Amino acid sequence: MLTKTKPYSEKIHSWGRIWGIGAILIFIFYPLAVSVYYSAWPELGPFLKGLLGVAPVFWIVGAIEAFTYAPMLGAGGAYLGFVTGNLTNLKVPCAINAMALAKVKSGTEEGEVISTISIAVSSITTMVIIFLGVLLLAPLQPILESELLAPAFDNILPALFGGLAVVFVSRNWKIALAPLIFMLVIFISFPALASSVSIMVPVGVIIAISVSRILYKKSYL
Amino acid sequence: MAQFDTNSIFLFISAGIVIAFVVCQAVFFLVKAWKRARELGISEDVLKRVVKGSVVFTLAPAVSIILGVITLSKFLGLPLPWVRLSVLGALTYELPAATTAANALGVSVSNRITDPATYSTIAWVMTLGIMSGLIIITFFSKKIHTGLDRIQGKDKKWGEIFNTSLFMGMISAFLGMIFSNIRAGLVGWIPVFIMIISSIIMLICGYFIKVHKVKWLEDYALSISMIMSMIISIPITNLIQ
Repeated sequence: MLTKTKPYSEKIHSWGRIWGIGAILIFIFYPLAVSVYYSAWPELGPFLKGLLGVAPVFWIVGAIEAFTYAPMLGAGGAYLGFVTGNLTNLKVPCAINAMALAKVKSGTEEGEVISTISIAVSSITTMVIIFLGVLLLAPLQPILESELLAPAFDNILPALFGGLAVVFVSRNWKIALAPLIFMLVIFISFPALASSVSIMVPVGVIIAISVSRILYKKSYL
Repeated sequence: MAQFDTNSIFLFISAGIVIAFVVCQAVFFLVKAWKRARELGISEDVLKRVVKGSVVFTLAPAVSIILGVITLSKFLGLPLPWVRLSVLGALTYELPAATTAANALGVSVSNRITDPATYSTIAWVMTLGIMSGLIIITFFSKKIHTGLDRIQGKDKKWGEIFNTSLFMGMISAFLGMIFSNIRAGLVGWIPVFIMIISSIIMLICGYFIKVHKVKWLEDYALSISMIMSMIISIPITNLIQ
């Protein structure tokens, strides 16, 4: 039993674990309900073939994201963020931005609660907007799929990371320089890697941590 | 056996249950974190700014997620893409996962599914294919954070630098990716131009915040630079192509 005396940093792990297990079960509930209700269980062969086509890559990506984003988001933010998804393109930048505007640091308890609040708000907003999108699909579809708007949606990541980079890279350019140069060379040399950018994130992280460790030891940071 | 329709009431209700659970979780964490923030002495005013800033920031990415729902709905109906894109997954995952599963079954992604077994196979693959992050966080997050606390406990400054390095590593990968097509000619430079425009708009916002003390802009600067550069990408793309 949880008692009032347990600190927030302890309780958050208990809550996170309970909700996480609940989420895993409820996510499995959807395909399970389909299989039971329609008496339509997947055939083992195609199921395994399909799963082997996605799971090896995306299980690795998921694992990488867990280890990279958990420290940035703090415990509460990570528990919620990994249930609600869309981390890279939405929740992580949203949390980082929120911590900056509240002037708190990631890795502190203040940073963690701000990150949790921003991820919760962002998740609820996303679910409301998608719900409205599903309700209003008929009138929305021609607008959202129009050729006119296509470039805007194609460029959402450069539009997001351009603004983020100005704020955060300029503040931490000594740490960012080496991984940035490395990534530029790699992506310009091997454009096909763009589709597996998540795999490159830990490479960037390892370079950034190694360089900052050296700079820190030599008192440049 | 019930008649199968990818947009059946049953599927909508099932999807609704999953989403309702996740909404409850988000509200639960919001309430707990809010209380804790107040205990830590963070003012209500700052928290409200965080809420407003986060809502506005979420608008453009969330609308782009609807686009993903529309794309997948042509083949899977609405409930499955609705649930998959509202929770857990990501835009970059759901389409390849659905396509791979469809290929394994030998069905085309351009026609609406009519066979419930095909549908259930795809639903199982999409669900199980991306569970690792959630499983690791659920069962090992405490260990990860205890390890981090140890790093920070030993050397607070290095702990901060470590966290910043994680973010810089991530952001550098995405910034590098933006340049991946530049060898394809001017068209390949479009994402780079948009990134630069977004940076310039951010700098302009920064100027107004710092020099003219436009306080409210601080909360929306990132959203403004993102949405404005997305809009500007339309004429730029038309001009170049």
